[in-house]
Amino acid sequence: MRNTILWSLLGLVALLMLPWALPFVLPANEAAFWTANILGRALVFGIIAMSLTFLATYGGFISLAQMMVAGIAGYTLAILVDGAVPHILGGFGYGAAIPLGLLAATLMGLLVGAISVRTRDIYLLMITLALAMGVFRFIETNIAWFNGYEGIRNVVGPTLFGQDFRNPLVFYHIALATAVLLYAGILYLVRTPFGLVLQGIRDNPRRVAALGYSVGLHRIAAFGVAGFIAGCGGILSTIYNIGISPGSIGLGATVNVLIMSVIGGLGHPVGAFIGSLIYTVFDTFAATIYDRDRFNTLIGVVFLAIVLVSPDGAIGIGARLRRLLARRP
Amino acid sequence: MSAGMDLAATIVLNGLTLAALYFIVASGFSLIFGLMRVVNMAHGAMYLVAGYVGYAVFEPLYDRDVWYAWYVGVAAGVAFAAVFGAFVQVVLLGWMQGQELRQALVTIGLSIIVADQLLAIYGGTPRQFFAPDAIFGSTQVPGVGGYPTFRLVQIGIALAVGIGLWLLLNRTKLGMMIRAGVDDRQMLGACGVNVPLVGVAVFALGSALAGLGGVVGATAQPLAMGADGRFLLISLVVVIVGGMGSVTGTALGAVLIGLAEQIGQALFPTYSVILTFVIMVAVLALRPQGILGRA
Repeated sequence: MRNTILWSLLGLVALLMLPWALPFVLPANEAAFWTANILGRALVFGIIAMSLTFLATYGGFISLAQMMVAGIAGYTLAILVDGAVPHILGGFGYGAAIPLGLLAATLMGLLVGAISVRTRDIYLLMITLALAMGVFRFIETNIAWFNGYEGIRNVVGPTLFGQDFRNPLVFYHIALATAVLLYAGILYLVRTPFGLVLQGIRDNPRRVAALGYSVGLHRIAAFGVAGFIAGCGGILSTIYNIGISPGSIGLGATVNVLIMSVIGGLGHPVGAFIGSLIYTVFDTFAATIYDRDRFNTLIGVVFLAIVLVSPDGAIGIGARLRRLLARRP
Repeated sequence: MSAGMDLAATIVLNGLTLAALYFIVASGFSLIFGLMRVVNMAHGAMYLVAGYVGYAVFEPLYDRDVWYAWYVGVAAGVAFAAVFGAFVQVVLLGWMQGQELRQALVTIGLSIIVADQLLAIYGGTPRQFFAPDAIFGSTQVPGVGGYPTFRLVQIGIALAVGIGLWLLLNRTKLGMMIRAGVDDRQMLGACGVNVPLVGVAVFALGSALAGLGGVVGATAQPLAMGADGRFLLISLVVVIVGGMGSVTGTALGAVLIGLAEQIGQALFPTYSVILTFVIMVAVLALRPQGILGRA
């Protein structure tokens, strides 16, 4: 146990120092590129993927609605905040619009949980996908609130301590802090009575119900927690992209979140970040590996290979390798 | 007859022709799910593949102005989808029978690759079949006026598919095996039936229906990238509403969703999508197994 904590702290320090360590191995401009476009982006994607991994690991729910929930946070921010183009509602600063966005995502998470509360496994997968695509098509066709196909631009983010939010170093550390806090929060939550009931539901919902717990309410609450996590990712990605458009919550984006979670492994929340890092690296270097325009084929093949060979993802491959090495005398 | 009534009749007819297309596609999805318990996330990709392959066969024939161009295009699209479906079941899904989630993930991966390769091969320009002269042009429909003939033919094709499926499931040996397999796969195997082979047949048939939908749909309106996602979503919603693995349920779901979409678009255009999902949510809340699904 103490060993794990020590290693986690070491890892955290390493991640914190990473942007300053990169220039030693890479030219300065590439180091900045890695900080913002690969590491920062991987952290943001990872947070959204972690909301799915949280549900899958501890509740056994595979929800395809997480990207849509993240998008709700992003759209709420873009609709409310001053300076967004076009002006939809406005009147709020970032200090108020960001919490409201997180609230909206949490509520949407609760709603998804409530709608799908009586379904399991592949039925849950189908229903959450249908919900996500329904919201996507609604947003894409609605001009009055979401500016339809174009989306909402110019969500530049707040200024912190005189620093621009989108400065690569600032953004990286904010994304890292958010990810670490949420990650630690999940690890704490699953040790609380709520988390234990959730894992009980995963293993045997009838027995949990027989013990007197409300399976439905715990499920809905878990989706609410996942909604909050996804919302944090949605806010960060909206500021990273300086706005949000329907494409960012479409079928492709929805499936990408699933791809990241599965590539990393659904057995532990850390898999979300492993998966998102692999995904982002492939996304960035697809041009040199195969063909820039054929990134989808590349990531599809990687995804298919992982599902066929190692359903528990990169974590599973790691665990198997470790077992293999340990067996050797 | 008043103009309002005319408009209402047109909207209902539009809804029904749309429902016909939805039924053709979703019945294949429902069939595969009913027997195999596989959520075929590549169902939309089958639709897309058949549309593009069918068009590739259709185009040179059409340029040479032969009358059977469209029919050959349909046959090619459907056949390709069927073979592709059988291939997927044999190579990728058959050996992981029972791992439902893993199968769904495999088909998701497959659909990404297929859609991307289609984009690479055929490019992003939309394609549209030209229906043969016999079913081209418009027909006078009482209460509506002139109406595109092909969209009426679409209803005919859907009816033929529905009746054909009903006959297949209820009047043939294969249908008997499929229905028995839905109830108890293991017992069916114990009776000496080659269940994996039946599975391949069902997968081919279900994919062929997606393919038929692809060619028919690409004749009624242009086929473009993104149709795979749209028709996967439609299949999901229709089957969730109507009930899994039931032909009648799928038909009912298709009619409900088709009508809701058209009526919604006429009454409140920017919010029409919501109506579809209100129906889905209401069904889920009251009957999670779908209107005609078995508990």
